[in-house]
Amino acid sequence: MSRSYYGRPVIKETIWGSPEVPGYLFLGGLAGASSMLAGFAHAAGDHELARVSKTAATGAIALSAVALVKDLGRPERFVNMLRVVKVTSPMSVGTWLITSYAPLAAAAAASALTGKLPKAGAAATAGAAALGAGVSTYTAALICDTAVPAWHDGHREMPYLFAGSAATAAGGLGMIAVTPRHAGPAVRFAVLGAVTELTAKSLLLKRLGEGAKPYQQGRAGKLLEAGEVLTAAGLAGAVLASRDRTTAALSGLALLASSALTRFGIFEAGRASARDPAETIDPQRRRLLKKSKPAIQNPAAMTSDGAARLP
Amino acid sequence: MPELTTAASDPAALAGYDAHPPRMGFFTDTSVCIGCKACEVACKEWNSVPEDGLELTGMSFDNTVGLSASTWRHVAFIEQIGRPGDATTPPGDSRWLMSSDVCKHCTEAGCLDVCPTGALFRTEFGTVVVQDDVCNGCGYCVSACPFGVIARRETDGGAHKCTLCYDRLTDGQMPACAKACPTQSIQFGPLDELRERANARIDELHDQGKDEARLYLENPADGIGGAGAFFLLLDDPEVYGLPPDPVVTTRDLPRMWRHVATAGAALAAGALLATLRWKGTSQ
Repeated sequence: MSRSYYGRPVIKETIWGSPEVPGYLFLGGLAGASSMLAGFAHAAGDHELARVSKTAATGAIALSAVALVKDLGRPERFVNMLRVVKVTSPMSVGTWLITSYAPLAAAAAASALTGKLPKAGAAATAGAAALGAGVSTYTAALICDTAVPAWHDGHREMPYLFAGSAATAAGGLGMIAVTPRHAGPAVRFAVLGAVTELTAKSLLLKRLGEGAKPYQQGRAGKLLEAGEVLTAAGLAGAVLASRDRTTAALSGLALLASSALTRFGIFEAGRASARDPAETIDPQRRRLLKKSKPAIQNPAAMTSDGAARLP
Repeated sequence: MPELTTAASDPAALAGYDAHPPRMGFFTDTSVCIGCKACEVACKEWNSVPEDGLELTGMSFDNTVGLSASTWRHVAFIEQIGRPGDATTPPGDSRWLMSSDVCKHCTEAGCLDVCPTGALFRTEFGTVVVQDDVCNGCGYCVSACPFGVIARRETDGGAHKCTLCYDRLTDGQMPACAKACPTQSIQFGPLDELRERANARIDELHDQGKDEARLYLENPADGIGGAGAFFLLLDDPEVYGLPPDPVVTTRDLPRMWRHVATAGAALAAGALLATLRWKGTSQ
């Protein structure tokens, strides 16, 4: 049990709102990965899947933009994001990604739905697919580039977890909306995504060790557990019976929901880890002890940089 | 005005100021803090920081609880009362720690790094300040600060924190809190000079047998590149609500971007694999 100031948190809990921000993590992933699936499906001549994915991407990114602007303390000033370009700020990078991606995604969907301007549509489809890779994964850097222990310390695995979760959602949506005969690529994308997500999540929890508690307890633990159950169910349905319309749709729905639950769970884990002073203090204490081990026994006899202090 | 310098290693120079005044900061010597809260009051008065609740918390004399959008100086009160049979604090060692906390004006400032609007900026004095007319209240800085300093004010939706009295500094005045401090617990001046003073004070306290005295955030080799506002503490930082070994999150950002790029490429490979026409499949 570490010492603290009246049990008060050391860092501030995130003021990002729920469902806006975890909802955006989910929708942004769905949009980006759908555009990627649409891009390759378009190239392969899978027109039904391409059309569905382009439409889904446009809807998801439009909802995302609304959620993000709504979550600002001063929504009327959202355009101030476009004053600067900063690679040190994942939010700045993300703003520029979305700003360039959203019109392309919308143009690709409009062309696919109306059948007009097919060449411009194809170019927009390719552009949206390329930027979609960034849109669906940068959000991992967005939450990990914080002082929140559960998020920051998961920064090695989070991008893969988010990529997997995004593919799960995009594939799942394809399974719901595309006739089973044409949904093969969506099923395969969802399966690849779900397996990646589950693998990344288990690696993350393993490496966090004691720091994994926020992901395993409370609201976050329940959300992530439910997400895993749905992933497993959706995976089983996708692998075993994706030719059946109802099974395919239900499996797709389960995968889509599992992706959302995972994002909400990760968001809640960050909140919980920020609230608990021990989550901030203990890993730092362990780091200091490791640095100073050969020199001194008493942790109180250290300066802030962990060096031994002269008696 | 202080003399102009052009040191290459200081944050103001890195931020692009060719000639600028020396880096200014605070040295808060908690060993002489008497918990009068004059700093809290002077800060509120000078900076027109609004009232943010009048509640009795039961946390000794601390009723402001911590730094926030509307509390830019916060005096912590820690009662270490030895009771019979208490091994950690024998009755004779009872003490009452007081410490005035403030924004650390980090050399490597996470809040400034992640701000997507450029509202947070580095001043010519090496301090970190929010431009209220630019901030759109995204809240990223709040989660990036390893000390829980900056916060969003619900009444105006913007992020706020200590400016090290930027307006007073440009007029050659010392910040309001330091001016009001009756015991010189809060010392203001060029950072180099403050570090020298702090080291002399630590030596003095150690000579008096006060081995528990230690400097916090004075070391440029620490996880935030050293603070512009550092402290002399009499116990572990966490006892005062401070992180014992903070590291700015953006130090790991290059690695995060590399993993993001790899994950994005993997996702593209996955989409390609999924859409290839496999033998035996209908597609």
